[in-house]
Amino acid sequence: MNEFKVRTMADMMAAGEQADILFWVGCAGSFDERAQKVTKAVAKILHAAGLKFAILGTEESCTGDPAKRAGNEFLFQMLAMQNIATMHAYEVKKIVTACPHCFNTLKNEYPELGGNFEVLHHTTLINQLLQEGKISIQGGAFKGQRISYHDSCYLGRANNIYEAPREIIQKLDAALVEMKRSKANGLCCGAGGAQMFKEAENGKKEVNIERADDMMESNATIIAAACPFCMTMLRDGVKHHNKEQDMEVKDLAELVANAIDL
Amino acid sequence: MREVKNMISQILFLVLSGVATYFFSKNLGKIRRNILLGRDVDLSDNKALRWKTMLKVAFGQTKMAARPIPFILHFIVYAGFILINIEVIEILIDGIFGTHRVLSFLGKTYHLAIGFFEILAFGVLIACIFFLSRRYIIKLARFQSPELKGFANQDAATILFVEIILMAALLNMNAADQILQLRGNEHYLIAGSFPISSWLVVPILESLHLSDGALIWIERASWWFHIIGIFIFMNYLPFSKHFHVILAFPNTYYSNLKAKGGFNNMASVTQEVKLMLDPNAQVPEGYQTPTSFGVKDVTDLTWKNLMDAYSCTECGRCTSSCPQNQTGKLLSPRKIMMDTRDRLEEVGKNIDANKGTFIADNKNLHSYISEEELWACNTCNACVEACPININPMEIIVEMRRYKVMEESAAPAPINNMFSNMENNQAPWQFSPMDRANWTQELNS
Repeated sequence: MNEFKVRTMADMMAAGEQADILFWVGCAGSFDERAQKVTKAVAKILHAAGLKFAILGTEESCTGDPAKRAGNEFLFQMLAMQNIATMHAYEVKKIVTACPHCFNTLKNEYPELGGNFEVLHHTTLINQLLQEGKISIQGGAFKGQRISYHDSCYLGRANNIYEAPREIIQKLDAALVEMKRSKANGLCCGAGGAQMFKEAENGKKEVNIERADDMMESNATIIAAACPFCMTMLRDGVKHHNKEQDMEVKDLAELVANAIDL
Repeated sequence: MREVKNMISQILFLVLSGVATYFFSKNLGKIRRNILLGRDVDLSDNKALRWKTMLKVAFGQTKMAARPIPFILHFIVYAGFILINIEVIEILIDGIFGTHRVLSFLGKTYHLAIGFFEILAFGVLIACIFFLSRRYIIKLARFQSPELKGFANQDAATILFVEIILMAALLNMNAADQILQLRGNEHYLIAGSFPISSWLVVPILESLHLSDGALIWIERASWWFHIIGIFIFMNYLPFSKHFHVILAFPNTYYSNLKAKGGFNNMASVTQEVKLMLDPNAQVPEGYQTPTSFGVKDVTDLTWKNLMDAYSCTECGRCTSSCPQNQTGKLLSPRKIMMDTRDRLEEVGKNIDANKGTFIADNKNLHSYISEEELWACNTCNACVEACPININPMEIIVEMRRYKVMEESAAPAPINNMFSNMENNQAPWQFSPMDRANWTQELNS
């Protein structure tokens, strides 16, 4: 794999170039150590597919999603309008992001505030790249593995994206096993709605432990995630059951990057 | 003598239907008034898709199918409700004009229809027994929630019980009619087919060796029982969860047609933020600074939220699919809908008692729904997905959070920390914005 440098929109503009697609990294993808690995995998895939992409770098701000879900509409709209202004300055037309929360907000809530972009979640884009042959999976790195996909609420129920992630797994030559609750019936990891940032209310159980029970029942060797928040919650669930040796939680981008030997 | 008796029944029938219709319309009017106390929202777009959604979801009951057993049982009751009501048309005509089985001139069609209605009526009866046993013998988890204690439970049992009795009356009436037909009673012409009552009820009646007079009395009594039962049921509806039989249709027509993840942007906030971000922005003419943000009381909700509340039949699919409820938290989406309706009813009664104006009662929707419930929501849309008639409890929760945060600054401390991180660092965590692209430096490591 050739070494390459991820460029910012500002770099490109200074060089008189225009990116085809903006890679919206998101806060988790930028700062969370585990999510950073996913971010790097996405960057490698975009590069391998020959896409001319750029990031906003330090000019990127939170989309405002957690503020909006938590009821702080002021903060949400302030961040949204600043982000829209930044993207307009760089004439952004198309965005890809590895975070379903960023994806949902950019796609469904920005247009009314003046930000009309074509927004793709990375699983949709990666699936397209595979279909178009821009990247291809050789060998069977995952042959014989049982992979179960955990539906992120903000991809699935929120935006009806159920198939792209599953099609990717099928292309990995692995066995796709469904958990007892999946697709429209999938159980939340427990992070959404700004729950990621606070303690749970009193109850019998944490939501991610309830989900981890489904994961254990599936007997999968790999749990495929497509969201940085799900990633955190599901990994905690695996730890709770002391199954770190038998079960890994991986983002679909990591699985694909691994399979095409990036 | 018979003429006089007939006339008395006709008059009695007309008076009863008049009274039943009057009170029913009056209470419908009240519900309509209450729903329109909500904030306006324009849902007049996309009529073709709205009709399609209504036909599919309400008429075709597609979302019920997610749980096959209740789907089948409910479908029988639903089909019974709609189709047996065709027979009620005949009952109405017979009642007004003193005729007997006036539509029997339809011949074979009538014959088949009455037979089909009998089968349906029997199906409804059996389904209702199953429904009762799911609630009170099998004790299905979603019917044991605390919010169902008291009236809600009683309401469910009443409806099922009344339906069983109504269907039994119908079968009983047919049985007596049949025996009279076979005995050649002049008023009881040969009409209809009775595939159920002929073996289920006729043998019981025959074993009693009743006279024609007694049978006529039973037939008439069942007829009156059935129709009066329907009048009572109709007038019970506006006070019951069972009102969904009417509102499911408009409520699905006005479904949210956009992606479920997209929450509404508050227009009042957009204007304020624009003024804040752009020092040169002009205040639009006639612009009034908003007086409050988010939902404090039911009248701050949209009329669609309020229609949702009246449409809810408390089946609890939302609650049983809620991740927080499943893990033992206080939050129950069904309770959110029930509380909204209860508070709205309270506001409505307040308005009625005070000659058309609402007098503050030191209560609001937050008196019914606690912070503990509001802050538990994952906004995962499981409740919205689960609702067979597209009710949205999540929207009410988020609107109430908006009030808590923007009016009372009353978010849990960690949420307030997250807000300040977002304000200061443009991220929900306390990282320096300057480090946002640090990962690029280790890309190839």
